[in-house]
Amino acid sequence: MSSVEERVGKIIVEQLGVKEEEVTPEASFVDDLGADSLDTVELVMALEEEFECEIPDEEAERITTVQQAIDYINQHLEQ
Amino acid sequence: MAFSLENQIALITGASRGLGQSIALTLGRAGATIIGTATTEAGAERIEGDLTQAGITGAGMVLDVTDGEQVNAVVATLGRRFGNPSVLVNNAGITRDALFLRMRQEEWDAVVDTNLGSVYRMSKACLRGMIKARYGRIINIASVVGLMGNAGQANYAAAKAGIIGLSKSLAREVGSRGVTVNTVAPGYIATDMTESLAAAQREALLAQMPLGRLGQPQDIATAVLFLAAQESGFITGETLNVNGGLHMY
Repeated sequence: MSSVEERVGKIIVEQLGVKEEEVTPEASFVDDLGADSLDTVELVMALEEEFECEIPDEEAERITTVQQAIDYINQHLEQ
Repeated sequence: MAFSLENQIALITGASRGLGQSIALTLGRAGATIIGTATTEAGAERIEGDLTQAGITGAGMVLDVTDGEQVNAVVATLGRRFGNPSVLVNNAGITRDALFLRMRQEEWDAVVDTNLGSVYRMSKACLRGMIKARYGRIINIASVVGLMGNAGQANYAAAKAGIIGLSKSLAREVGSRGVTVNTVAPGYIATDMTESLAAAQREALLAQMPLGRLGQPQDIATAVLFLAAQESGFITGETLNVNGGLHMY
């Protein structure tokens, strides 16, 4: 099984159509990876599907960078 | 040019009779796989019978469009069996007519939830697949009553006008994903729903219609086919009036 980082990275590459090397931990979905508001919703939906969890809206709003997405999933999987 | 819906999967609510039945058969004859829903087992069987008789691939399914869990379950089931719908026709609707002063809360609630709430639930359930596929056609059946108003139908008019606003908003949200959202607003069509019109009411209506006749379900189905076609991909957020000229804007 690949790591959370790899799985999150793969989803971001697929959803946002960006190159793997652009997906750095500090990259912001909107400012650095060119996501629009619907892209970010789609991204959260894809994360929910991949990790079989539900990310509440107020939590989803706080996930704006690659690292934040990884952190959220890590925290969630630990619970 | 004949529109083809080959390889398309069309989901139509309220497909056992009236407009829905005609829409299901018309989209099916154009090549789409048809899933029609009805509130009863008998209705679902009638849909299956219609499809088999016309040589159309598909199924009839029981669905109460006011039940969000059922909606999600039916969309998931048909997704596994046929694939996610690429065409969704929100047609299911009811009337509970009463003059406003006499209109009971449950008559208001039932019509708004069945006619407008269902569009929210069905569209939401089907949209994820459409967005992923970067292709979809959502066609909502409104009514001329939603544009003109009608004494005795405040609930129905409100729900139908609401459908138009929902469609335009959703059209703006998902256009960039290749999903179009349009509305067909039928005028008075010869179905069970208009059967109850009094003769005098019918005459008064016909006098206001340049085409001088009630519409046929096929008139609506043809408009739906047009909007469902791949070729109509530059039309979104539009309301197509099919009403014999009763109302023009």
